[in-house]
Amino acid sequence: MIVAQAEGAPLIQWSWITDRPDVVVAKFLEHVQLTVIAVVVGLIISFPLALWAYRHKKVYPPITVSTGLLYTIPSLALFALLIPYTGLTVLTAEIGLVSYTLLILIRNIVAGLDGVPADTKEAALGMGFTQRQLLWRVELPLAMPVILAGVRVATVTTIGLVTVAAFIGKGGLGYFILLGFDRLFPTALLLGSVLSMAFAVGVDGLLVWTERLVTPWSRSREVVTT
Amino acid sequence: MSDVAISLKNVSKKFSQNGGPAAVGDLTLDMNRGETVVLVGPSGCGKTTTMKMINRLVEPSSGTIEVDGTDILKQNPVELRRNIGYVIQSIGLLPHRTVRDNMATVPRLVGWKDERVKQRIDELVEIFELDHEFLDRYPAELSGGQRQRVGVARALAVDPPVMLMDEPFGAVDPIVRERLQDQFLNIQEELRKTIVFVTHDIDEAIKMADRIAILNKGGVVEQYASPEEILREPANNFVKQFVGVERGLKRLALTKVSEVDVEEGPVVTSDTSSEDALKEMERFDFHWAAVVDEGELRGWVDVPTVKRVKTVSEVKPRPFSAYVTSESTLREALDAIVTSRTHVAVVAIEGQRYKGILTLERISREILS
Repeated sequence: MIVAQAEGAPLIQWSWITDRPDVVVAKFLEHVQLTVIAVVVGLIISFPLALWAYRHKKVYPPITVSTGLLYTIPSLALFALLIPYTGLTVLTAEIGLVSYTLLILIRNIVAGLDGVPADTKEAALGMGFTQRQLLWRVELPLAMPVILAGVRVATVTTIGLVTVAAFIGKGGLGYFILLGFDRLFPTALLLGSVLSMAFAVGVDGLLVWTERLVTPWSRSREVVTT
Repeated sequence: MSDVAISLKNVSKKFSQNGGPAAVGDLTLDMNRGETVVLVGPSGCGKTTTMKMINRLVEPSSGTIEVDGTDILKQNPVELRRNIGYVIQSIGLLPHRTVRDNMATVPRLVGWKDERVKQRIDELVEIFELDHEFLDRYPAELSGGQRQRVGVARALAVDPPVMLMDEPFGAVDPIVRERLQDQFLNIQEELRKTIVFVTHDIDEAIKMADRIAILNKGGVVEQYASPEEILREPANNFVKQFVGVERGLKRLALTKVSEVDVEEGPVVTSDTSSEDALKEMERFDFHWAAVVDEGELRGWVDVPTVKRVKTVSEVKPRPFSAYVTSESTLREALDAIVTSRTHVAVVAIEGQRYKGILTLERISREILS
């Protein structure tokens, strides 16, 4: 069924949207869910890999090369390649989405940890921190701004990519974009795009606020009096 | 218990496996309890490496190190470090923790209760004359000098018997550095910690040390002696060169006026007659005399003014532009001598009590002794 845009009709038919609030909410929630799972699973996979690469510099290049390769696979092709194995499922969507977060997350976690001043680490060890205490109480808190910057980029990227998964039927707001594209129906196209963008902007702001909350020292006033 | 707090025996450290030169070749050094030992030497002499072997941030390649009679290489390094205060040049305050939490670091690692931690921080604030309002600031909000003081205070938090200090006053300007050094000397006078102090600055070494170990490349000890002895009898050319010129002046800075006998000078009282005053000056071949009433220094009068009156009381004694106290160093006395018109330093104790004079001859005898 093709619904071509009638000549002279308004760009957005608000009634089309208000007629199906349940679908809009459902697709939005699906979008949120796909994004959150992708970023959380991405972090769970990236964290140990990044830590390994941070401790053993030799494994860093192979890890970035392989995750970098994953990153270059066109997303549409990746989904298509997976369908024979995992079908039109959330799993297929998530494999793709998670893959694309790894490079960004690993790079930022390693960069964040590398950025912790050597003097600070040495002083902490000299005071009697164990390696584990050093990681959790000194290195990770100090790496947090860079790690969160990575989470922001990964999340915003994922929100955009989720729409592509609409082609396998698991695309959240991408459903409207695909619908609008198929039927040359701007209302659906705009609905999907605008909501997806608004979601990305909102999440980005939330993460900026989180960063300020967990790194109170980094906005401390510079007071220099002797 | 022996008096030796830290003992290094035939300690060596090689960083590269394939036969490069050892950072420390074969070092044997004993440090007494309550003593400040300064390791000093040119860069590459292994002084920092030597220090870091004591808390095992660097593992020795061979040899034994004992702290309080215990072989530290058999100890858990984490436990060991919690018992040794550690201060580094860049201070290494944890930037994400407030001053209060920084000072509480080691007490919390060893499991002190909150109440005890709080009490200890209050003590440290007092000892180091810190401001209470600083406690809730982050390190980035402090000046360099304040950070250094917090760093030293933090290292003393669990009152460890041994402190390792790697150029602890290196990152501040000379004026602040001097103040921090003086403050720390005062604190150390009370605490009598065993301190291993690393610096490249021989003047800092002379000021802070009970004993100085002068190290050469590969951790070779060229001389291990008191600052006084190193300045008086440098063991060899390396030490002589490292200590530099002005050895005599540096030694003067180590001696207090109270440690030498001051000389008698011309003294008159307000009641002295003009005639007797001139005789007094003549006796010393001076053209001036100090006016001292009941032990109190009033100033000085000279020949022309006294000649114009009948008794000294008729003239107003002029104040000395420079005098030294028994707490001044001979170096300060020398400065007073060469800058005063009379070429004599007048010694007063506790303010205005007159004690005597110091002359250039007296001080140069001290240098030559």
